[in-house]
Amino acid sequence: MSVVIRHAAFDPHAEERAFAAKLPVGSVGAQASFVGTMRDHNEGDGVQAMTLEHYPGMTERELDAIVAEARERWDLIDVLVVHRVGDILPGEPIVLTAAWSRHRAAAFDACRFLMEALKSRAPFWKKETLADGSSRWVEKNTPG
Amino acid sequence: MAIKVKFFASLREQLPRAVDAVEPDGLEIIADVWARATDGQRMPEHVLCSVNLEHRSANDPVADGDEVAFFPPVTGG
Repeated sequence: MSVVIRHAAFDPHAEERAFAAKLPVGSVGAQASFVGTMRDHNEGDGVQAMTLEHYPGMTERELDAIVAEARERWDLIDVLVVHRVGDILPGEPIVLTAAWSRHRAAAFDACRFLMEALKSRAPFWKKETLADGSSRWVEKNTPG
Repeated sequence: MAIKVKFFASLREQLPRAVDAVEPDGLEIIADVWARATDGQRMPEHVLCSVNLEHRSANDPVADGDEVAFFPPVTGG
């Protein structure tokens, strides 16, 4: 499966290894991957925890569409998107995007595309619990 | 039949009395569904919409049996 939603902490490198083990031996010339991790600060405030909400059904559908678009735009062997939902702590991975191809340009470009596209289109919403115990919804993405 | 309505994230918290299904009679576009589900509250400026799990805009049509959702700008990744 190229799109995986995880409800508990995951190891992005283990996910990549397990996924890559199923790819045709000798076909892969390049792999690019990105891991987004929860920080303990946002918008000038300390953050002690986060809850990530999603729209079951639409989130997966949108990620599938993004993966399909990546496959159409670049010559790829495969791609993988793993995204957390639920309660997350600082230092824990939130998202992994990875692309495998024969040559490096497609892997680099597709990996970035997957990340930017999911940030603007995939139904996820972050609610932060701040250091002082109050909570707030993240209203917009950081520019990158 | 009915039109199912879902609200997510901060929008859900801001609309505690919004209903989760509306009668389809007389509803033509997504904005109509909002009005009926929220009992006439004004739709905030940055609300996103979907019908049957696909992104749509507020002026797009709806039909009996659809699932309509309203949510704030997405913040995943």
